Amino acid sequence: MAKRPFLIPGVDRRLLIKDSIKIMPDVTRRRFIAGGASLGALTLLTGCDVVDSSSADALLTKISKFNDAVQDFIFNPDALAPTFPESAITKPFPFNAYYDLDDAPDVDGDAWKLEVRGLVDDKKSWTLPELTKLPQFTQITRHICVEGWSAIGSWTGTPLRDFLKLVGADTRAKYVWFQCADKDGYNSPLDMRTALHPQTQMTFKYAGETLPRAYGFPMKIRVPTKLGFKNPKYVMSMEVTNDYKGGYWEDQGYNSYSGS
Amino acid sequence: MSSLTVTDQHISATKAKVIQPAWVRVMHWTNAVAMILMILSGWQIYNASPLFNFSFPRDYTLGGWLGGGLLWHFAAMWLLMINGLAYLVTGFVSGRFRKKLLPITPSGVLHDVRAALTFKLGHDDLSVYNYVQRTLYAGIIVVGVLIVLSGLSMWKPVQLHWLVTLFGDYPTARYVHFFCMAAICAFLVIHVLLALLVPKSLRAMIIGR
Repeated sequence: MAKRPFLIPGVDRRLLIKDSIKIMPDVTRRRFIAGGASLGALTLLTGCDVVDSSSADALLTKISKFNDAVQDFIFNPDALAPTFPESAITKPFPFNAYYDLDDAPDVDGDAWKLEVRGLVDDKKSWTLPELTKLPQFTQITRHICVEGWSAIGSWTGTPLRDFLKLVGADTRAKYVWFQCADKDGYNSPLDMRTALHPQTQMTFKYAGETLPRAYGFPMKIRVPTKLGFKNPKYVMSMEVTNDYKGGYWEDQGYNSYSGS
Repeated sequence: MSSLTVTDQHISATKAKVIQPAWVRVMHWTNAVAMILMILSGWQIYNASPLFNFSFPRDYTLGGWLGGGLLWHFAAMWLLMINGLAYLVTGFVSGRFRKKLLPITPSGVLHDVRAALTFKLGHDDLSVYNYVQRTLYAGIIVVGVLIVLSGLSMWKPVQLHWLVTLFGDYPTARYVHFFCMAAICAFLVIHVLLALLVPKSLRAMIIGR
């Protein structure tokens, strides 16, 4: 393995890393540390000092992008996620986020308006009563977390594709990008084919009751064909766009497509 | 240049000595690398949501955190799957599986297990696998197929829902995936131990003879 020459001769490598970590933004810091932490195992594996971990990182990122393309290719828009009887629902359904329940957004439903932006004909914002007047359906599906656990839940709401049609969205665009009220600014891109999947839902109810704060009040996007981290909660706005704008978890290294 | 002239006899004699053909050796070591990458990154992923009351030590995991482990796992899977598929096809088409791994008879297995446990199992002819070897090698191929299928059903539980049904449901596929890993690790320990006990078998897997 080729060693990288030092940028500044005579400067202590460890101190340099220590200093640079301090000035890095949170997300970059996390990735940087993650890359470094994998070094130990890799050194153990190859028996050589893999100083050049950035090249391994770059290769892994490239393969992850390739995996995005593969998953998009095998995605069948007509393949439905299995549905379950009510008796199969997991109780209690787990709360899961990168923060504690106490830190979950407490959105005022009366003041809340869903912003609609980007490649749509009608850019008007929607209040909660306006949205909940739209036809709703209930589906009981399995929520699968990137961590491996899964839980079956019952979600009620309007198919996203019906709403996209209603606002005159350009469905040839590549993504619907969601921005949410979570602290540190959660956001996530959803590829258009998945957004138009019949089971992708703007969710307003969990188990027949108004969506509780823990599960994303006032609105969640339930996507049974994606891992849980790509199911936005506390949605504030959606933007129809051709640009890949990244996402909270996607930027940290989770595979962007992460489709089931 | 008499040293360059070799008789037909020489050639056939040399050929007969080849115990592990080149394709077996290349695929064996490729698989070894892929398996180790898959196991270490798999342990990282397991630790994010353990199935049992234990986690794998951090030092023996790959990727640094869940996201890193997943990147490694979904990169090494290509190496594992492509190499594994090529191995299965070549193994069946070339007749190697049939010649080397069959037949497996219960009496043969019993006899050789007893002989192995009393250290009486000979390794005079490395080109013929005894019944313990046949069982382990055929068994680990089946486990290899199972771990890939259960892994695929966890990766694509909607697109490949028929595959998930084969295992029962998604959580069961997770357990199957875990126990296949455990079986491979157990195999790995015995396999390496025996290779070290019979070094000429290790040499055959490296240089072919």
